Amino acid sequence: MNGITHADVIIIGGGIHGSSAALQLAKAGKRVLLLEKNYVARHASGVNAGGVRTLTRHMAEVPLSLASQHMWANIQEHVDDDCGFEVTGQIRVAENESDEKILSDRFTMMQSNGYIHEEWVDAVGVRDMIPSITPNILGGLIARSDGAADPYRTTTAFRLKAQQYGADIREGVTVKTVVRQGQGWLVDTTGGRFGSEVLVNCAGAWADQISAQFGEIVPLKPIAPMMLVTSRMPHFLSLVVLGTGRALSFKQRTNGTVLIGGGRLAWVDRDRDITELDFRTLADSARTVCDLFPHMRNASVNRGWAGIEASMPDGIPVIGASNTEQNLFHAFGFSAHGFQLGPIVGKILSELIITGSTNLPIEPFNISRFAASSQAPAGAYPFAT
Amino acid sequence: MSQVSNCEVAIIGAGPAGMAAALALTEYGLDVVVFDENPAAGGQIYRGITSSPLRDRPQILGKDYWAGEPLVKKFQACDAQKIHEAIVWAVSQQTSDFAPSHFEIGYSVNAEARLLHARHVLVATGAHERPFPIRGWTLPGVITGGAAQTLLKSNAIVPSDRIVLAGCGPLLYLIAWQYLNSGVKIDMLLDTTPKGRVLSLWPYLLDFVRSPYFLKGLNLVREVNSKVNVVKHVSELAANGVDALESITFKTGNQERTVEADHLLLHQGVMPNINLAQALGITLNWNDVIKCWEPVADIWGNTNVERVHIAGDAAGIAGAWAAESRGRLAATDIAFQLGKLTEQQRDTVAVKLRHDYVAVTRGREFFDRLFQPPVQFRRPTGDTVVCRCEEITASQVRETVKIGCTGPNQMKSFLRCGMGPCQGRFCAVTVTELIADERNVPEQDVGHYRLRFPTKPLTLGELAALPQTEDSIKAVVRLKKPV
Repeated sequence: MNGITHADVIIIGGGIHGSSAALQLAKAGKRVLLLEKNYVARHASGVNAGGVRTLTRHMAEVPLSLASQHMWANIQEHVDDDCGFEVTGQIRVAENESDEKILSDRFTMMQSNGYIHEEWVDAVGVRDMIPSITPNILGGLIARSDGAADPYRTTTAFRLKAQQYGADIREGVTVKTVVRQGQGWLVDTTGGRFGSEVLVNCAGAWADQISAQFGEIVPLKPIAPMMLVTSRMPHFLSLVVLGTGRALSFKQRTNGTVLIGGGRLAWVDRDRDITELDFRTLADSARTVCDLFPHMRNASVNRGWAGIEASMPDGIPVIGASNTEQNLFHAFGFSAHGFQLGPIVGKILSELIITGSTNLPIEPFNISRFAASSQAPAGAYPFAT
Repeated sequence: MSQVSNCEVAIIGAGPAGMAAALALTEYGLDVVVFDENPAAGGQIYRGITSSPLRDRPQILGKDYWAGEPLVKKFQACDAQKIHEAIVWAVSQQTSDFAPSHFEIGYSVNAEARLLHARHVLVATGAHERPFPIRGWTLPGVITGGAAQTLLKSNAIVPSDRIVLAGCGPLLYLIAWQYLNSGVKIDMLLDTTPKGRVLSLWPYLLDFVRSPYFLKGLNLVREVNSKVNVVKHVSELAANGVDALESITFKTGNQERTVEADHLLLHQGVMPNINLAQALGITLNWNDVIKCWEPVADIWGNTNVERVHIAGDAAGIAGAWAAESRGRLAATDIAFQLGKLTEQQRDTVAVKLRHDYVAVTRGREFFDRLFQPPVQFRRPTGDTVVCRCEEITASQVRETVKIGCTGPNQMKSFLRCGMGPCQGRFCAVTVTELIADERNVPEQDVGHYRLRFPTKPLTLGELAALPQTEDSIKAVVRLKKPV
């Protein structure tokens, strides 16, 4: 009708969450149209550290993260690809007494809440697992079923599977305006006009521009966590190692290269879609690595980059129905740790859209938490990453 | 702990362009820092000119080499701060708040990373050799002609045993000539210039005859031809060996021959060293005569990136003399942009510089065309290695295009080619040409690698030597930097 393409659901944003939602909705029989302004997995979903982590999640995220981990364990069945996912365990180490206190408090709290996926490892245990780590480490908190996957491959696998179920994915299409049309939506883009019953906002670092069109102003900050990869080194590490007081995520991939991340930020210009590395901040990463793994001093930095994503002031995402509009749903603002949640977020969105509810506790992620004031509630999350 | 330093103009590269620009800029009273990778100024062309062990035997390297000495000496005496053995691994347009509208240059000296802020940047990174992807080119014993010349200039080292030179271009004959001067016996020179090319270029010949290179070139080629077994019109070439080079197989006409050899020196021309330009976001165009990427710049060396100039061979291959003129032209324009010259003063100075430039580039078109590397040595097939770092072959690249990979950046995701420590220097043009070949489209449409930090290798230990951030001092590292 009038050259307008219609779908049941339009998803804005081709990152891991948009692709995962497209898969779940298409699988459930919905006609899905996904609009992506660049190409699928262009930013954070394609170039993050690939950490699949339940360890030391914000308490609100723990149930979602554990549910997502079940899906990761069978990722091949979900997307017909192993996504390069390997269970290696992730460990957050204590470099000093203050770190040790943070980690042991966390351990106690998790135990008292009935969660057993985070285990305490003492200094000797850490050295047994990671012989090349500095002997100063006092202990660590480990989640043994955590690991890492290949982010670009993962997001691509979700996208391909969604397409197999009939999802229509349009790349290089930028959304200009979204307006109401009856109970549904009319989306005007650089690639034509599209109509749908339901709209899903998975627009990452640009999601606030969509939500603002409906009066939902959120204090979203575009961020670009920096990553470094070294040239190949002899195998020395199986686990993913995280810092506690200092930001670090550190792992050796099967090809021998070492991936260094941890959420230290590049300069971002989301309007021009560009990032530039901040060398002095990158040097902080390098120092942390050299302190923890002294033999890494001579490792050659092969590449460094940063992908754009969104962060919220309280460090947890927005997931759920709009507070102002019917048939509008949000999932954005994953604040540098959304990759592992990808599988479950698609499922939650699909449940919300199809049945109107989900069994998982998503109240803490409601967009209305920012309605009263743009000021963030004081964060109770003590970790540097 | 080193502090971040500051200057008005940072020049990257102390070859003819960088040196000439530094001289001009300091004459205008500007505060200049010059970065150079070598222990002393001179670039590739005048490498080691002040320290070469061949100083007492000047006839080996020839008059044109020693002609660079006055420029190098003047440069050494000028007020610019020279940072030698400096590896520039990044130039960023975004700096901390305390240095707005400056570029941040990341470099390493003595295995320690440092930062410098500059208002203007002049890229004078020169040229490097074009890859010569033939079967066996990665075998020990096979080196590039340029690498051989570097050893000769700085250390007076020459290979012994059976030596074969192969390829095309003026530098190949120059190396042969310099080897002859130093008493090295060359077993064979395999010239890959196709039959009949000189004749096809008659429209460009007149300019070449009037060029300063004409007589020199003619004499040099004549001398090499009289003393070396030169095989012309070589159309196929392969290096054979198991752990090292053992022999070379080549074809002329319908005849195939194999000769034993210990050293094979390959050279088929040079192309702009564009890694830093590319990292800065300078627009590149495909030069379809020389068959390589070339930064887009105006006569002053202005690029699409504000306050970034480019000069010398980095801006397009034109040789050392042209590089001096272009270095000075860029310097004059930078001095104008920084308020040291009026527009009229700049334009007045430029008249002579442009005249010189035209004079020394006359005839270029002839030999750019004459020495265009033949297609079979640019677009390899089969198991010839294309990306040396990741050991990706020509057929892998070609097959990947057939399954839908349309550009070099996707090729990285598919094959990891171009993702090794050389940052694509050895394979960038080859990958672009192979994709163009398979898709049957122009190279310009295929595009080039997007370059990632760092432009040059850097160790974590080096990086760790940078000054600490305020954030790290306070150990506050979460969520900062709003737009």
